[in-house]
Amino acid sequence: MAITVSETDMLEMYRRMTRIRQFEETTQALLLKGELYGSFHTSSGQEASIVGSCMALRTDDYMVGTHRSHGHPIGKGAKIDRLLAELMGKETGINQGKGGSMHLSDFGVGSLGETSIVGSGLPVATGAALGSKMQGNDRVTLCFFGDGASSQGTFHESLNMASLWNLPVIYVCENNGFGELTPTHEAVSVPDIASRAAGYGMPGIVVDGQDVLAVYEVVSEAVRRARAGEGPTLVETKTFRFDNHSIGMPVETPGHAEMLVHWRGNRCPIDLFDRALKEFGCDEVTLREIDAQVADEVSAAVEFGRTSPEPPPEAAFTHLYTNPIRIDS
Amino acid sequence: MHTVTYLQAINEALREEMDRDERVFIMGEDVGWNLLGATGGLKDRFGTERVRNTPIAEAGFVGAGAGAAMVGMRPVVDMLIAPFVYPAFDQIVSIIAKSTYLYGGQAKMPIVLRAPMLYGAGNAAQHSDRPYPTFMTIPGLKLIAPASPYDAKGMLKAAIRDDDPVICFEDWTLTGLRNEIPDEDYVIELGKAAVKREGSDITIVALAGAVPHALAAGEQLAGEGISAEVIDLRSIVPLDRDTILASVEKTGRLVVADPAHIMGSVASEISAIVAQEGFWSLRAPIIRVATPHTHIPFSATLERPLYPTTEKIVNAAKRAMA
Ligand SMILES: Cc1ncc(C[n+]2csc(CCOP(=O)(O)OP(=O)(O)O)c2C)c(N)n1
Repeated sequence: MAITVSETDMLEMYRRMTRIRQFEETTQALLLKGELYGSFHTSSGQEASIVGSCMALRTDDYMVGTHRSHGHPIGKGAKIDRLLAELMGKETGINQGKGGSMHLSDFGVGSLGETSIVGSGLPVATGAALGSKMQGNDRVTLCFFGDGASSQGTFHESLNMASLWNLPVIYVCENNGFGELTPTHEAVSVPDIASRAAGYGMPGIVVDGQDVLAVYEVVSEAVRRARAGEGPTLVETKTFRFDNHSIGMPVETPGHAEMLVHWRGNRCPIDLFDRALKEFGCDEVTLREIDAQVADEVSAAVEFGRTSPEPPPEAAFTHLYTNPIRIDS
Repeated sequence: MHTVTYLQAINEALREEMDRDERVFIMGEDVGWNLLGATGGLKDRFGTERVRNTPIAEAGFVGAGAGAAMVGMRPVVDMLIAPFVYPAFDQIVSIIAKSTYLYGGQAKMPIVLRAPMLYGAGNAAQHSDRPYPTFMTIPGLKLIAPASPYDAKGMLKAAIRDDDPVICFEDWTLTGLRNEIPDEDYVIELGKAAVKREGSDITIVALAGAVPHALAAGEQLAGEGISAEVIDLRSIVPLDRDTILASVEKTGRLVVADPAHIMGSVASEISAIVAQEGFWSLRAPIIRVATPHTHIPFSATLERPLYPTTEKIVNAAKRAMA
């Protein structure tokens, strides 16, 4: 490690990773019980990529996510009670029940939403960075997207513009090896998506997406460059998702089950970090306390969601516009 | 007062709004070079940051406009020619129209897309679109189609000041028009149609490039003893149904003139509203004068007869009166 990370920050990383995992395991159970509904793409397995990236940002920096979206706002520092209420479609949800699983957000911590049309967030993040640059502040924008999204034209259009205009943006490709059921190597013509960066005149860096400190280090350098006016960076985190593409999907990716055993057993980002923390001298009790605190937080969030009111029917017609107009019905 | 053309009116609106509010900026292909004549002088006045030439990447720069709007800028994105919105369609529909709603009001989307329509000029099927009906089906957008220099300036200024996304469909068959407009600042509230000619026998609602034809038709019909009320719709969303219904209540007859394709058109929507809400005022079937549901051919001989003309509107009005 070229950069040093304080123990406080490392424990915060561990806390956020654990928060994502517990949030996912709990909400997935609620989904399978029928208490939650809708498409459900979990972030389990990708916590190091998410948290290592987000912890390199300030709260007032911007972040744009994807359909696999529960973890991104949590990584960015969002409180989970309103996220959980959103998954329940409740009035207290962060989007007041308008967005649900594929659109978790929290503009209060710079999480500018999550878009479920694959690849559509890249231009938005690029524009947020353009906005910051024009406003003369030093905020940066981080854009998460999948390996599948890297085949969209928006990826190429965005990287070209960002490099051309020297924008303060960090593109983080979370390469989990699959786009739905299709292995990445059947959809992407190069072994490393990060190598595409060369075509746009920006650095492209591959990093172990299961190692939170490695991700943090690489993204921190990209953030430093962006803040210093040195332009965009493409980072590729090699990672793996621990669930089906979408929970409850009847089909499994071929070979996924075997790979899952390996990744869950040997490459779980939380287990790896747990071990690393202990090597740094962190004691077991501290980590288990964090686990317990997060478990309480998640239970409280479920309770918050359950006791929150359903939105009133007329809410289907609000927020269509900021300056409302008469709506035909 | 001073006299301006349609394009000069647009140019003045852009310049005045950029002077007034430093969050307003323009981007698009060749805007700095004033390729089509609406952005002249702006690069010299505001610099290349705020009059930003973009790569030919519509999804990219329209989406970037959305992102900039989300963080507090007020972009005016120049689409060059209306059909170039298609490569950016997903950004317009999935991001621009839906973000305020999807995030429960956390996201504001103060963005304007300028979409000049260059039909009637031998540009064939891909370059001659009047694509506003497509966007009319998408909640969350506001759509305007100013038909005079006066409206173009006042409505574009209102659009730039609006906190919601507005697509401004500029009808470049009107670029020869000149108007006297006030020297001082003015805006025209979006969603308000304008009664351009009062009458008692028949209502003619027209929009965009059909408006001058409707006015000429009103004149001609007057000569034949038919008193036509001519309404310039001006704004497609919000749609000023009250003005239309009040007029039809008075006249009992309706012709709608619309340069877009007839299928699923603004003319169809207005007809449906009047059939549903104003049925008992009607004394004759509603007639739509719009472009037939075929592609726009290159040959001038083939293209010219397709759009609404004064003659077609007059004939439709006479049929309604018969
Ligand atoms: C434009 C578009 N096409 C297809 C889909 C269906 N779809 C949802 S997720 C997905 C795979 C995306 O793969 P990737 O970007 O690698 O993200 P991952 O799901 O692996 O996190 C697809 C094809 C979509 N949502 N949007």
